[in-house]
Amino acid sequence: MDGVRREVMTRAGAAGTVAAALAAGLLKPEQVFAANWNKDAFHSKSAVDALARIGATNAADSKEIVIEAPEIAENGAVVPIEITSNVPGTKSIAVVIEKNPFPLAGQFDFMDGGVPFVKLNVKMGETSIVRVIAEAGGKYYAATKEVKVTIGGCGG
Amino acid sequence: MAGAMKARASVKDGVAEIRVLMNHPMETGQRKGSDGKMVPLHFIQNVTVKLNGKTVVEGQISQAVSRNPVFSFRIKGANRGDKIEVSWLDNNGDTNKTETAVA
Repeated sequence: MDGVRREVMTRAGAAGTVAAALAAGLLKPEQVFAANWNKDAFHSKSAVDALARIGATNAADSKEIVIEAPEIAENGAVVPIEITSNVPGTKSIAVVIEKNPFPLAGQFDFMDGGVPFVKLNVKMGETSIVRVIAEAGGKYYAATKEVKVTIGGCGG
Repeated sequence: MAGAMKARASVKDGVAEIRVLMNHPMETGQRKGSDGKMVPLHFIQNVTVKLNGKTVVEGQISQAVSRNPVFSFRIKGANRGDKIEVSWLDNNGDTNKTETAVA
């Protein structure tokens, strides 16, 4: 019983500290709320850095990763991308838009029946290679597709 | 703030496909508003999909995801009537979730 109480009190204390730090302007909100958000990777300004920060420096090219995206996107504000990894045991998929100001667009982890598939819409500032990294069995696999953008999507 | 959110899920050959719509500005922090000031960075960072209370997909996303995000996910071994919950958390700490049953 005491153990539980202690833990509750510790957590309450920790939350209080965070709130105080927030109020004092010491922490940006994103640092506080998103415990499970790979800040270093998302803040990377080059694809090489982003890949390094998700640990995928030596990804092997794979035809088992299927990227469906338009060859030419008329509107860079909404570019549909559909990704399927057929690499057995895929646990995670990351999407890197190499020419975007912050190339890492997303990373998805799959567990307990989650199929290594995702469809999403992304913004693209200019024509770029879209690189998809799949992680399976501790190894990284990559596939790319170029999307030509006629009107960039970063101006809003 | 968190607007309406919609999800739909249907099963075919043992795989459920979930389509979810989120209302969110997904501001990149690189755009000027009508007042000429930069609109602050405001975007969803975490997306979680649960099947009957168990996490099946966990996504971390950036401001590069389009405004009012739409995602599709797939879950193996889901049956008709199973409960799907999708939730998000943004960089301001706002959060929203929606529930649907697999059809």
